[in-house]
Formats: sequence, structure tokens, C-alpha cells
Amino acid sequence: MTTGFVGDVTIFVLALLVGFEVISKVPATLHTPLMSGANSIHGVVLVGVIVLSAEVHGPLGYVLTFLAAAFAGANVVGGYAVTDRMLQMFKKRPAPKPAEAKAEQ
Amino acid sequence: MNLAFLFAAVCFVLGLHFMNSPATARRGNQVSAGGMVVAVAAAFALVADGGTMTAARWLVLLCGALVGAGVGLWAARSVLMTAMPQLVSLFNAVGGGAACMIAIADYAHNIHQGSGTAVATVLDVLIGSITFAGSLVAAAKLQGYASQPVRFPGGRLLNAVVAVVAVGSAAAVVARVESLPVLLVTLVAALGVGLLMVLPIGGADMPVVISLLNAFTGTAVAMAGFVLNNAILTVAGALVGASGAILTKLMADAMNRSVPSIMAGGFGTGAVGV
Repeated sequence: MTTGFVGDVTIFVLALLVGFEVISKVPATLHTPLMSGANSIHGVVLVGVIVLSAEVHGPLGYVLTFLAAAFAGANVVGGYAVTDRMLQMFKKRPAPKPAEAKAEQ
Repeated sequence: MNLAFLFAAVCFVLGLHFMNSPATARRGNQVSAGGMVVAVAAAFALVADGGTMTAARWLVLLCGALVGAGVGLWAARSVLMTAMPQLVSLFNAVGGGAACMIAIADYAHNIHQGSGTAVATVLDVLIGSITFAGSLVAAAKLQGYASQPVRFPGGRLLNAVVAVVAVGSAAAVVARVESLPVLLVTLVAALGVGLLMVLPIGGADMPVVISLLNAFTGTAVAMAGFVLNNAILTVAGALVGASGAILTKLMADAMNRSVPSIMAGGFGTGAVGV
């Protein structure tokens, strides 16, 4: 138990450091999409709901699982879809690199 | 299975990294989404393999996930461009809510076994419900309801009282009271904290607030990872928590504001935030 916990904390701290490093110099126009992108990443909570669903029982457990699954599903699917729509807007502008914009489509 | 989760974590980090520049941003989002598909598929394989999934559990899980995914997709497709920040805030709210419910369901399930994760459980409930209530208020403010700062006499006192109740009941849970109602008191009090925290902030500061709440949700998800002993939740949650915190500071700097002053109730936002 103890080693497992220390292992978890180690992973947590290292992931924090990666998170601090990975966002370095973001242009202000990308702040909102980046926020939205990070928002969809924490939709990974759906994995937690799936794992949890294997052990719940009783009405309370089922209701919580259903709600949590619906919430997490909305978070993850909607999050990625709306981020993609935001980023599509960047392509439509007279982009500084039109060749690259075409290559993406 | 763990390799699949590792692959997903790598995708999340790379995806966030690609989103640093406009040219690669869209690909970054797709990489991150790919990682998510792998992670969710691996989780399904994991529980299917575990042999404890009854028909009822599958039904509840799949119905919930499909309903949520359908609503989320529909909302993301149909929302007006100008209303996107509200929607992100709503998605953030439900993410925090889901993390919070994981902790409650796990606590109700293991209440008398002393699972040793009580600290993570109460942190998950506290942070998750603060961000749930706060994000709903933030979305409402962006939508134009109560976009002025809402202050009322004794608001700060009430806020302090609610916060004390939340922390007190959380401490009781950590001290092995083993009572679901006490945890529910924590839940309700933390919802109140989230509500009272965002209400006095003006609409113009909402993007920064949403980014901060986004970082909160990430942390709540990481706590859910501790509760369930699941590394991918911990990794992705911590990633979002840290990058969200940095992003919050960047956004505040870009608007020439400081995060503490915004959270303290925003000086002079009323004039700007209509």
C-alpha cells in the first residue's frame, strides 16, 4: 500500500512538472483553444468512471455511475469537438502559411 | 493495458505541446483525441477482462456515456462561435462533477474498509464540487446572466462560514468518521464555496476564472486517480492542473491583471464587465 502510494505521488509530481514545462510561450490567440484542449484532456475522467463501474452496486452506485458517465462523456466528446471547431477558425483566416493550411485539409 | 495508458499519456503531452503554435494546434488536438480513444478502449478492455461487469453495470455505464457523448457532441456542433467559452465552462463543470461523483461512489462502496485514500477522496469531493458550481456560475455570467459582480452584505462572512464547514466536515471524513452524510455535507458546502467564489467576479474576468477552474478540475481528476489507484487519471489530471495553472497566469498577464486580485473579487471590473 505504502509503496503504491509513494509511486502514485511520484507520478503525480512528475506529471505536474511536465505540465509546467509543456506550456511555454503560447501566443495570446491560442489561449482559449489551449484551455479548451486541456479541458478535454481531463475528460480522461471517463476512464475512471469505467473502472469504477466494475465495482458499484445498489441504487446509489448505479445512479452515480450513470450521471458520472454522462458527465464525463459530455466532457470528453464535446471538449474535443468544440476545440476542433475553434481551431478550424484559425485556418479560415488569411493564414500566414496558406500552403500548410491547405495541406491540413 | 498499462502500456496503452502510457501511450495515451504520451499523446496528451505531445498534443498539448503541439497546441503551442497555431500551425500545429489542430494536429495537437487530434493527437490528444487519439490518445483519449486508446485510453477509453483500454479501460473498457480492462473492466471486461476483470469479470465483474454484470449486465446492469454495462447498461448503466454505456447508457450514461452514450447520452453524455451525444449531448456533448450536439452541443459542440450546434453552439454559436461566440458562445463557445460558455460551453467550455459547462464541459469543465461536468468534468469536475464526474470526478466528484467518482469519489462519492467509491466512498459509499468502501466506507467501512478504510481504503487509506480518505485524503484523496475529500480533496476530490472538495475540488470537484467547487469547480462544478464555479464553472456553472462562470458559464451563466458569460451567457449574460449576472455578469455584473454580485455582492451582498455579509457575503465574505458567509463565504468564510461555508468554507469552514467544508473543511471541517472534510477533516471529519479523514478522521475516519465513516459516514456518508458527513461527506455529503462536504459536498454541499464545497458547492457553496464554488458559487460564492465566482459570484463576486465580473464577467470580463471570466476567461481567467474558467482557466483557473479548469486547472482545479485537472487536480480533482488527479485525486480521482489516487482514489481509484489509476495512473492515467493521475498523470492526465496533474498535466492539466499544472498547464492550466500556467495558462491562467499567462491569460491574466495578457489582460494586465493579476490572478489574486481577480479572485479577491476583482477591483473595478464592474466598469468593464458588462
